[in-house]
Amino acid sequence: MPFLCLFFMLLFSRQGKLRLQKWYVPLSDKEKKKITRELVQTVLARKPKMCSFLEWRDLKIVYKRYASLYFCCAIEDQDNELITLEIIHRYVELLDKYFGSVCELDIIFNFEKAYFILDEFLLGGEAQETSKKNVLKAIEQADLLQEVRYSPR
Amino acid sequence: MALKIVKGSIDRMFDKNLQDLVRGIRNHKEDEAKYISTCIDEIKQELKQDNIAVKANAVCKLTYLQMLGYDVSWAAFNIVEVMSSSKFTYKRIGYLAASQCFHENTDVIMLTTNQIRKDLSSPNQYDTGVALTGLSCFVTPDLARDLANDIMTLMSHTKPYIRKKAVLIMYKVFLKYPESLRPAFPRLKEKLEDPDPGVQSAAVNVICELARRNPKNYLSLAPLFFKLMTSSTNNWVLIKIIKLFGALTPLEPRLGKKLIEPLTNLIHSTSAMSLLYECVNTVIAGQYSCSVGHIKSHLLCVQKLRILIEDSDQNLKYLGLLAMSKILKTHPKSVQSHKDLILQCLDDKDESIRLRALDLLYGMVSKKNLMEIVKKLMIHVDKAEGTTYRDELLTKIIDICSQSNYQYITNFEWYISILVELTRLEGTRHGHLIASQMLDVAIRVKAIRVFAVAQMATLLDNAHLLTGNMQRNGICEVLYAAAWICGEFSEHLENPVQTLEAMLRPKVATLPGHIQAVYVQNAAKLFATILKNQEGNTDSTAAQETSQMMIDRLPLFVQSANLEVQERASCILQLVKYIQKLQQKDVEVAEEVSALFAGELNPVAPKAQKKVPVPEGLDLDAWINEPPSESESEDEQPKAIFTKEEPKHSRPRHTEVDEKELARRREARKQEQANNPFYIKASPSSQKVYQEAPGVEHIPVVQIDLSVPLKVPGLPMSDQYVKLEEERRQKERAEKKKKEKKKRKEKRSGRGKKHDSGPESEEDITPAHVVDIVTEEMPEVAQEDQNRLPSPYLCRVKVCICMFCLCRPLADSEKLPVRSHRAAGAPKSSAEDGEAENATPQEPKKKSSKEKRDKKKDKERDRKVRLRCWKHFPPSGHKSDSRSTQSEGRTVVTFLVFPLPRKVCDIQGNLQDGSQVVVSVIFENKSDSFLKSMEFNVLDSLNSKLQRPEGSGPHDGLTVPFQLPPGVSNEARFVFTVQSIVMPQKLKGTLTFIVKNEDSSTHEKLDFKLHFTCTSYLITTPCYSDAFAKLLESGDLKSSSVRLEGVNMPFHHLLARICFHHHFSVVERIDSCASMYSRSIQGHHVCLLVKTSGQTVSIDAKCDEPTLLGNVLDEIKQTFSQC
Repeated sequence: MPFLCLFFMLLFSRQGKLRLQKWYVPLSDKEKKKITRELVQTVLARKPKMCSFLEWRDLKIVYKRYASLYFCCAIEDQDNELITLEIIHRYVELLDKYFGSVCELDIIFNFEKAYFILDEFLLGGEAQETSKKNVLKAIEQADLLQEVRYSPR
Repeated sequence: MALKIVKGSIDRMFDKNLQDLVRGIRNHKEDEAKYISTCIDEIKQELKQDNIAVKANAVCKLTYLQMLGYDVSWAAFNIVEVMSSSKFTYKRIGYLAASQCFHENTDVIMLTTNQIRKDLSSPNQYDTGVALTGLSCFVTPDLARDLANDIMTLMSHTKPYIRKKAVLIMYKVFLKYPESLRPAFPRLKEKLEDPDPGVQSAAVNVICELARRNPKNYLSLAPLFFKLMTSSTNNWVLIKIIKLFGALTPLEPRLGKKLIEPLTNLIHSTSAMSLLYECVNTVIAGQYSCSVGHIKSHLLCVQKLRILIEDSDQNLKYLGLLAMSKILKTHPKSVQSHKDLILQCLDDKDESIRLRALDLLYGMVSKKNLMEIVKKLMIHVDKAEGTTYRDELLTKIIDICSQSNYQYITNFEWYISILVELTRLEGTRHGHLIASQMLDVAIRVKAIRVFAVAQMATLLDNAHLLTGNMQRNGICEVLYAAAWICGEFSEHLENPVQTLEAMLRPKVATLPGHIQAVYVQNAAKLFATILKNQEGNTDSTAAQETSQMMIDRLPLFVQSANLEVQERASCILQLVKYIQKLQQKDVEVAEEVSALFAGELNPVAPKAQKKVPVPEGLDLDAWINEPPSESESEDEQPKAIFTKEEPKHSRPRHTEVDEKELARRREARKQEQANNPFYIKASPSSQKVYQEAPGVEHIPVVQIDLSVPLKVPGLPMSDQYVKLEEERRQKERAEKKKKEKKKRKEKRSGRGKKHDSGPESEEDITPAHVVDIVTEEMPEVAQEDQNRLPSPYLCRVKVCICMFCLCRPLADSEKLPVRSHRAAGAPKSSAEDGEAENATPQEPKKKSSKEKRDKKKDKERDRKVRLRCWKHFPPSGHKSDSRSTQSEGRTVVTFLVFPLPRKVCDIQGNLQDGSQVVVSVIFENKSDSFLKSMEFNVLDSLNSKLQRPEGSGPHDGLTVPFQLPPGVSNEARFVFTVQSIVMPQKLKGTLTFIVKNEDSSTHEKLDFKLHFTCTSYLITTPCYSDAFAKLLESGDLKSSSVRLEGVNMPFHHLLARICFHHHFSVVERIDSCASMYSRSIQGHHVCLLVKTSGQTVSIDAKCDEPTLLGNVLDEIKQTFSQC
């Protein structure tokens, strides 16, 4: 089994609608769907005051709710739950900075941007950049590149 | 130009972009599927157009639909098209789509190799970045092989942005294409010292993950990481490094010692909870347990965990408990002191925290606190809302009480009361669990039967409370146990008639069939007992009334729809009718009736059959009848094939055994059966009781403490037992103290050997009554757990990387495939020189096994020599001396045993410390194999005991806190408690260890003897001549003397020898006469006057302990006889 920081990250709404999914382990679509369905159910069934961790199969699930969105990650048994919470929080902060007080709709309508930010922050399940500033700078520059190439049209 | 733009925008106007799609989906909540299928049709149209912008837009929408769960694999080729667009905007979307939709089996991935390579070498860093990110999601073994070299080159890119990504993605490449690891590793190692912190932390990440898979290859990097750890301030990096060290320490125990300090510092200083938690976890998981530093850091961890658990943050609380449960496995005592806190957590509103706390409690119970803990749990059972948590509590209570064969239960009456209280739970699913516990306890603990029967009778009487509500029928399983216990042990019943009535109530017919069946059968047993009780009476009407009641009530069961009930009931009914007839003729029937149920039912282990020896001459595999002949018919062919194979299994028969041999074996068998608790004896005693009262003598008569009421009116209250138990223990303690006082008096008179017992310890608590727990082999449930099937999700990639040694020079075949026009990129391994020692020369296998045998023999011989030689070395010089002995030895493991009572140096005359002796053992591995899991164990004598960590049993071995690679030696210290030091002593011991070779491992054992001589209890103590004279004058000392003949050495050599070997110091020397002094760890003075004339040496000695003195003199004599 490959050791990874994260196995996957899922974002879903209170109604159980998937808003974003990133898988760092190769799984078939069928398996992904099954896991997603099961996890969304399990996490939504938990009471609001409960702790953010649960043991699920042989993984540990770390989740946190921000407004109407649940951020949910899977890590391995030996991994650090608190740093995973930190990763989730960091990502939320990044989204917040990028969109300016982010809300669920921002992520729905600009879901590709949300992915780009995530990809600049995490790579292959590992945190690649711990500085928020650097992540945002990279995204802005890439966006700029996009704009520049747009303009001739 | 303008027209073109207009045309383009008109085109675009008709297309839906992503936002439109999302909005559309939100507006079509009712017919979402239908709406999306039209959208997919549109997308298919768009994909057919040449315009790359349109295509990219379509692909973007597809990515969204994929997330919603729609299959988009049909568009894989279009995604590749968008990926290869030269415009960054579209390329970005293409790669995103690919990373979301592609997986290993997507066949178009093959087509992307060249495109990706082009992007990787693009001058635009964002093109490269996007390609790397995408690759991290869909890299296949083929892609990894083809692109490994390109990515490796990128690890030295000028931009840290690219370097960082390249380093991280290298890990994925290693997983998919393990051959790339060796050539890439040197460069990866370089990145640990990259000027950019991001790149550095990426390299740390990758190496940590690699090292966790195969730590052995990364041991050589430990110093580098150690430096990083003490210098880095980045918590993310620190966590990774600590994790890495966690993987390395089991292989290199010295690392553990070194780590303690920086880890403790971090624990003290950091404000980041995640880092603190990681440190604590690593310290807990560390395999080093003996050193003082570790115990300190361990305590610190427990303290910090307490703070976490006390925190209001649910997450910290949960993790604190989780880590505590890990400590519990190794240091149960340190957790037990936080019982209050953990019990508090049972009140938490978060169920997951409560469950964690419950898990902890399971390991925390002891004989002392079991009742208290269970009492708390019972309160929670009453309070708990929601049946799942309550059921969890119930099973935990039973688990806690029944664990390791009821080890912690001191009072079974209390336990029965608890079980009875649990039956009052509404709607639990675990009635059967309670029932099986009741049965188990009643059958196996003979002493409890009287009490259990009384309780069960009450339960049966109040059965309507349990069954009143049909929804609560889970609990009625308990009645099954109650009825059976009352029937089987009916001789203990206070009022059997009343119980019989209770069992035959019409209401019983509403119970499940299998319970009714038990009721009917046990009613018959009860009936038999009642008859016997009443037969003695002159008035026979009572007996007849009972029969009449049976005849009246049983027909209800005869009509039962359940076959089992019906059959039993009608059978018993006829029997009772017949008995009634006999009774009317005044025939005594009781004995005949009770004979129906005579004999005791013994518990039998599930595996008991295995223990029954197969009788001589019985071949279980042989055919009883000849198998049908093969020629009988054609269609029996398959059977014939089967029988053909049979003879293979049959064992050779023993036909010729002479009479004597048979008799001998029979005798042996009888012996074995007699000793075998599982063998149901065929001796007359259990067929028995036809004439006598049934089994009265066979019930062990046990003195039950009369302070416990035998019959509790109504349902019992377990609480009262807690109090009673407390009182009982106090009484016992008082008695014990009395005894001890007596003993101490004896001791003062010089004979007492038993050690003082401090405050109440585990062993002091004796069970309330002598309980005869019939042990049986428990089914191996634990193993089933281990065999748990791996989840199908997480065992996908089983590539075996790092199985080779990283420091071997690269073979040609291992170099990365490189496109022909490039220069071969595999650089020379820079790690070569640093790690060269690591490469273990491979030895031919055959040799080793033979050698081992030889070595074993040597071991025996050598050990004796070595164990004897310890006494020739004084404490201060032991290190160098041990080395010199190593050179002579050829043993696999060298022992150098060495008692040095160093503690006494500080606290002289203190009796507490005067009883401790530290034994240093040097283990040297002289074999070529790796030795691990060494366990040091000594058979304690009355006088000397090995100090074992708290919580371990008196026969447990101590784990030696290190492993031994070939040729390495290390020292371990063991503390012994010695009661009396006046006599020399030998302790037998065993060292067990695992010898690990390249491809196999064996478990080996080494027996040894520890020789505690009286000399070893002496400490060199300087003494001035005036003090010496006073001592001699005092007259408290007994004297003794010895003469040594033929000592051929100068006088000062002789003195030096005595000083050296026997820890004496010279007080005064005048010519050929010298006075010497030494002192024992318990403060005995030993004075010598040594005189020499020619070859004769006379030693006059005085000591306040004559036995000690005699032994010391004997030892001195021996020293000189050897030379």
